[in-house]
Amino acid sequence: MILLKYIEKLGDLFLYYVDQAGRMGIFLVNVIINIFKLPYYKISHITKQIYNIGALSIFVIIFTGLFTGMVLGLQGYNTLRKFGSEGLLGSAVALSLIRELGPVLAALMVTGRAGSAICAEIGIMRNSEQIDALECMAIDPHKYILAPKFIAAIISMPLLTAIFDVVGIFGGYIIGVKLLGLNEGSYFSGMYKDVEFQDIYMGFVKSLCFGLIVVWICSGKGYFVHLERKGGFGAEGVSRVTTNAVVLSSVSILVLDYFITSVLI
Amino acid sequence: MNAEPMIRLIDVRKRFASQEILKGVNLSIYEGKTTVIVGESGKGKSLILKHILGLIRPDKGKVLVEGNDINKIGRKDLKAIRSKFGVLFQNAALFDSMTVFDNVALPLRERTKASEEEIRKIVNEKLDLMDIEGSNDKYPAQLSGGMRKRVGLARALVLNPKIVFFDEPTTGLDVAKSNEMYRVFFKTQSKLGYTALIVSHDVPKIFKLADYVALLHDGVIQDCLPPEDFQTSENPFIKEFVQKTMGYIYESEQVEG
Amino acid sequence: MNRITTETAVGIFIIAGLLCMAYLSIKLGDVSIFATKQYPVKARFANIGGLKEGSEVEIAGVKVGKVAKITLDNYQAIVELLINPGIRLQEDSIASIRTQGIIGDKYVKISPGGAEEYIKPNGMISETESTVDIEELISKYIFEKK
Repeated sequence: MILLKYIEKLGDLFLYYVDQAGRMGIFLVNVIINIFKLPYYKISHITKQIYNIGALSIFVIIFTGLFTGMVLGLQGYNTLRKFGSEGLLGSAVALSLIRELGPVLAALMVTGRAGSAICAEIGIMRNSEQIDALECMAIDPHKYILAPKFIAAIISMPLLTAIFDVVGIFGGYIIGVKLLGLNEGSYFSGMYKDVEFQDIYMGFVKSLCFGLIVVWICSGKGYFVHLERKGGFGAEGVSRVTTNAVVLSSVSILVLDYFITSVLI
Repeated sequence: MNAEPMIRLIDVRKRFASQEILKGVNLSIYEGKTTVIVGESGKGKSLILKHILGLIRPDKGKVLVEGNDINKIGRKDLKAIRSKFGVLFQNAALFDSMTVFDNVALPLRERTKASEEEIRKIVNEKLDLMDIEGSNDKYPAQLSGGMRKRVGLARALVLNPKIVFFDEPTTGLDVAKSNEMYRVFFKTQSKLGYTALIVSHDVPKIFKLADYVALLHDGVIQDCLPPEDFQTSENPFIKEFVQKTMGYIYESEQVEG
Repeated sequence: MNRITTETAVGIFIIAGLLCMAYLSIKLGDVSIFATKQYPVKARFANIGGLKEGSEVEIAGVKVGKVAKITLDNYQAIVELLINPGIRLQEDSIASIRTQGIIGDKYVKISPGGAEEYIKPNGMISETESTVDIEELISKYIFEKK
């Protein structure tokens, strides 16, 4: 009998996750349809979201980018020196930033800064019936609240990643050239020679996908806060769902990163 | 009661996890009348409202609005039906990031092609009805509970709906504030002539403005009666409810009368 | 006032982002916006060693193009080179694969010839020298000395 109960619970849990996956999928399709649906948006809606997601993240991105580049410079220099090829430092820093670290770290930063805010904001809107209110006014929340966030995230993510990359390359330059005395010409010319369009393209594709993943998971989790298994009401529900969203989207970024890399490499 | 009801719920059932909340709700709401749903809190009164609004799908049963099953019609028709609705939510559900004015103007801006000048005129007109002046540029967080509800009502009325839903309009308000709310309700209803559906447990005050009172008990609407008949009903649950909420004094009065 | 700062911040953000993107793709990714029309030339090698797509093509140490495509034909390598406009190659130019330093990158070196005729776009460089296999050379040197 006890065994049966466990199996039943397991089945319930399984169904819950299948439901959730289905909900999230339908949610994504709905938002994407609404992005392209007329009438178009007032520019100010999107500007405000770009401000929240992109412009406010810029300092975090510059800071983490700079230090990531600096540590790459330090590590790279000491490793490459063993093989007498310090000249490759520029390429090593630039390639690892552009192909891998830039998109991933920028996405993780945006998840922490903007993703959590999006999730909490939408979760609170759901719990205080603001989303219901919109629906009752015959205003589709997918269009009115979510589509601008999606557009803003998809615009912001590649830009933030590009800033991260450039600042990181500059960080590597500070350490490699200014601190450790590498030749400035070899840092940059090696970089210009070895980085190819393919690499930039890969980083760009990654950042687009990550932008979509972050905004999708974070807003979807907030949007369905009332359907959470452990109860999604009140402040506690929102805080739990926000934590879940940040963890889930961070993990998804890293998993997706592997798959995009394996397809594009 | 011979007219066709505006809204009809037929055997609506809804279960959450292992709990069946609504066990076959039947209810008719007539045009131009004020219907009040009473009952213990947390037993699904607001849930009935959400079913009528089409926010929640029933597991079984039908919700007919002007003869259309709102769970079977397409998005466009649902939108058309909803544009006849005005809803005052329990916590007013104002948008925190917008000023009072923008909140009330939102349906006009998003649903109509009114110019900014017309919008200003209509919004101010509705806000005047609510007796709130000088709050246009405040944010919802700066308002008291009563004011927030009145702004919520102004927003619900801004498109001149045919039917207005009130989810616990006086819960959380003190006596003076809730009297104010009722006053505003009377004023707007006589002016705009909307049908009203109120979910409340503010008994007995609510009886004064109701044309019909319905009791939800044990997941079923026990009966839907005019207030006088409601108070003298022989239905055991209604009797119990009347006794519990209004006390024996009221009942003895009835006996004397 | 509040509005202006939001929009200004977004403006700064977008411009900064676009500049960084432009830097990355134009400077590092070799995206040529002013479409310099390079023309293709093919060359057949017996062995191209470590030559890669994107490797440089040089004349007298000056970069004049890059390797666009490498394919295999009849057990020989066909290398397609993209040569910058304005650079003309004589019919009897010699393409050889060289190494920068001892273990550096491979590149294609073109030694100009003396013929009157120039190779047309999509033409073929007939004279080629394959890569020099250092291992082979060293072992040859060591073992022949014995």
